[in-house]
Amino acid sequence: MDALLRFLPQVWFIILGLFLFLYVMLDGFDLGVGILSLTSSDEERRSILMTSLGNIWDANETWLVVMAGALFGAFPLAYGTILTALYMPIFIMIFGLIFRAVAFEFREHSTHKFFWNYAFGAGSFIAALGQGFALGSVIEGISVDAAGHFTGSTWDWLDWRSTLVAITLIQGYVLIGSTYLILKTEGELQQTHFRTAKIAAITTFIGAVLITIVTPIFYEAARTRLFSAPLVYVFVAIPILGLLLIGLLLTSLDRQEERTPFVWTILIFLLSFIGLGLIVFPYVIPNQITIYQAAASPSALVFMLTFVGVLIPIMLFYNIYNYIVFRGKVVTSID
Amino acid sequence: MDIFSNTVALSRMQFALTATFHMLWPVLTTGMSIYLVIVEGLWIKTRRPEYYYHARFWSKLFLLNFGIGVASGLPMEFQFGTNWAPFSEAVGDFFGSILGFEASMAFMLEAGFLGIMLFGWGRVSPLIHYLATVMVAFGANLSTFWILVANSWLQTPAGGEMVNGKFIVSDYFQAILNPFMVKSVAHMFLATLETSLFVIGGISAWYILKQRHQAFFTQSLKIVLATAIAVTPLQIYVGHLSAEQVAQYQPTKLAAMESKWESSPAGQPADWSLLAIPDEANERNKWEITIPNGLGYILEFRKNLTVPVLGLKAWVKTDRPKMVGLIYYCFRIMSGIGFFLAGVMLWSVLQWLLGNLSPEKIESQKWFLRTWILAAPLGYIAVESGWIVRCVGRQPWTLYGQIRTADAASHLPASNVLTSLTFFAVVYSVLLVTTLYFASKIIGKGPNLELPLPGLDGQFVLNTAPAESIPDQRPVEAQQ
Ligand code: HDD
Ligand code: HEM
Ligand code: HEM
Repeated sequence: MDALLRFLPQVWFIILGLFLFLYVMLDGFDLGVGILSLTSSDEERRSILMTSLGNIWDANETWLVVMAGALFGAFPLAYGTILTALYMPIFIMIFGLIFRAVAFEFREHSTHKFFWNYAFGAGSFIAALGQGFALGSVIEGISVDAAGHFTGSTWDWLDWRSTLVAITLIQGYVLIGSTYLILKTEGELQQTHFRTAKIAAITTFIGAVLITIVTPIFYEAARTRLFSAPLVYVFVAIPILGLLLIGLLLTSLDRQEERTPFVWTILIFLLSFIGLGLIVFPYVIPNQITIYQAAASPSALVFMLTFVGVLIPIMLFYNIYNYIVFRGKVVTSID
Repeated sequence: MDIFSNTVALSRMQFALTATFHMLWPVLTTGMSIYLVIVEGLWIKTRRPEYYYHARFWSKLFLLNFGIGVASGLPMEFQFGTNWAPFSEAVGDFFGSILGFEASMAFMLEAGFLGIMLFGWGRVSPLIHYLATVMVAFGANLSTFWILVANSWLQTPAGGEMVNGKFIVSDYFQAILNPFMVKSVAHMFLATLETSLFVIGGISAWYILKQRHQAFFTQSLKIVLATAIAVTPLQIYVGHLSAEQVAQYQPTKLAAMESKWESSPAGQPADWSLLAIPDEANERNKWEITIPNGLGYILEFRKNLTVPVLGLKAWVKTDRPKMVGLIYYCFRIMSGIGFFLAGVMLWSVLQWLLGNLSPEKIESQKWFLRTWILAAPLGYIAVESGWIVRCVGRQPWTLYGQIRTADAASHLPASNVLTSLTFFAVVYSVLLVTTLYFASKIIGKGPNLELPLPGLDGQFVLNTAPAESIPDQRPVEAQQ
């Protein structure tokens, strides 16, 4: 029983990590494409960018809803505390996502496509910004009392460290967005994204390095964890692997390969996630509340596991099927 | 003003606003998804092009509503954490799990197949496409199921008990099968179907009246009629069952629905109030039209009550709902619409039997068509009224009898909630107007009856050619 009490929250920590990773990867390229569309000069191009997402953005966004639902069920305390603490960034994200969603629907029927294309870009940017600040302040730590309830104030989430995380996340989204567009477009448009991907790869890398340096300096807990065996080997391995992957990504961009840049980018995301997960574990609210303290009752965790856990492969299956049906290049825009 | 510094009141207003707005869209997509399954099924079976064009035309309205439904659903999912954190913590074991099921079973299914349903014509075989349409409909209705399981459990918490401020579940299936669940799910399912049918019927009637594509829209009107014959009377019956279960489990809500201040003992008849002006300050009705001895007939189909019906005065003020007038009139508006729509149905069936709906005659049935146009928005009004009865009538409890709304709200600075509430009010007003504008544009444009038909006979195979050689379908679709 004792083993189960520890095991179940751990399983849910991993499942939530998986959902969050799927969201950040999949909606990451949607948001990245959206942000990129702000920089593109003509309507034709912007339309192609939006068309490349038309059939999938909704499924991708749903991973966020799945993640929120699972967090609510598995770690109710963390769900309440984190969302209350992040009231502002969460609503910034929500309004960003609302603009993005309606831009897709209204653009179809509008004669002023320009306006909705812009709403799509701006919505994506605002949503990414909200997510970046939310992520940043969760890593930084939220002030809570002994029972795990939020005790901080409205503006806690805003400081230079969470800003750094937000900027880096946006760079990461631009990176994965442009490698997605390399897959989906051709000709001159594709060339543009080979260039943006390269710039984004470098800026993301710089951001990641800064975060890696800053985190152990400012957080004692992270420091002690990082420098104790056996994790220290893992934390030496991750940057080395990261460097290797960045190198592979940059060479594949130089060689103008179509598929590999996307794959390398996903692996870079995955690696950062594993790193992040290892730093955070076993906390859900870093350094304050562990997964064991925040977890729902064991029976609830089993109840959810039997319904949600079983569905994970099925959800993945029909998501993948969707990508198979719509594989190939986007040549023309909807109009 | 006081209310601007009251976090609980502001959080309630925000939840009410966002839920009311959200409800406007899924109600159509959920019901219409079933209609789309019907017309596409007819197309596959008969291969008559009209059915294909029906599927294409109505799915444009479907998509528009779907997008706004998703956009407005997102804040619903997060608000339990942002604005109702103590509540979320207390009921997470059950309530959170159910929201998790809704997302992973229902939303994912819907979202996963929606792309194929809308943009996949010609990319997949007609049968696979039909499967996608069925899956979207199944997902949408599954989401109605789970969200009503969650909400019914708030009305009649079952399967466990409160221990130290947390709801500990002892039997999950008992909690799912809580006393309200079955009938509430049925009532909501019928509500989405009824609303959508009358929207489709109303739009069809408008085209016929405007003499555009009459034959085409007579067809959809008839599909609507054939389905609504069963739905409208059934809804009145299920609504009645809902009222019975309210009488049994939530006497405070029933008293508010009837604006009943004094209790009526068992073994005697009691009056039923048809219209009244409730006066909450003095705990009475200022003015009232009653039907003598009506209450017994309505609740139990007999004159004398067998169980006492309590009036609002039987509870102290803090234990019973406020805004009695709102609850009272919303209930009457909803039931009134229920009977009105059933009446419209009856009349329509008579007209059909008399042969007045044949393509040649239908245009001259001006009043018939106008009634259908008038009936189009009524479903929405009934749905919103029903939810107000249900949620406002449950006050002062969030979890009926267990957690008070005042204890359920997050401790936030009121200014935070006021800010988000203001944004919602502004953004949603703009969205409502814009969506109506674009919907009217879609309707104004009308169906495209020249679209090429996909997969003509014999092509029931998945196109396995490499992606590069499958022509992109979108330009064609966009011209529809
Ligand atoms: C699964 C749960 C659930 C679902 C499906 C709904 N609601 Fe609800 N509603 C609540 C759960 C809830 C709640 C969380 O329990 C609230 C918030 C605070 C409270 O006391 O009840 C509430 C409050 C609430 C209020 C304010 C009542 C008051 O504060 O006096 C209104 C007007 C509505 N809701 C309306 C709706 C509408 C139009 C819905 C249709 C989509 C809806 N609700 C679905
Ligand atoms: C307060 C409770 C509610 C919450 C938390 C909620 C949450 C959500 C969320 C997060 C979405 C977006 C899903 C996505 O991204 O794909 C959504 C859409 C949807 N909701 Fe709700 N919702 C609520 C009430 C309802 C009710 C009462 C119904 C029943 C009719 C309903 C039916 C749907 C459907 C069918 C969709 C799919 C999108 C669409 O068809 O427009 N929801 N909801
Ligand atoms: C004579 C007809 C009707 C009666 C007697 C009736 C009765 C009721 C009652 C008593 C409730 C409250 C349930 C609760 O608080 O738990 C309710 C809720 C509701 N009603 Fe009705 N109703 C009728 C017609 C309709 C119609 C025509 C619609 C929509 C098309 C509708 C939509 C709803 C909805 C959406 C709810 C809230 C969700 C639910 O309880 O399932 N009703 N109804």
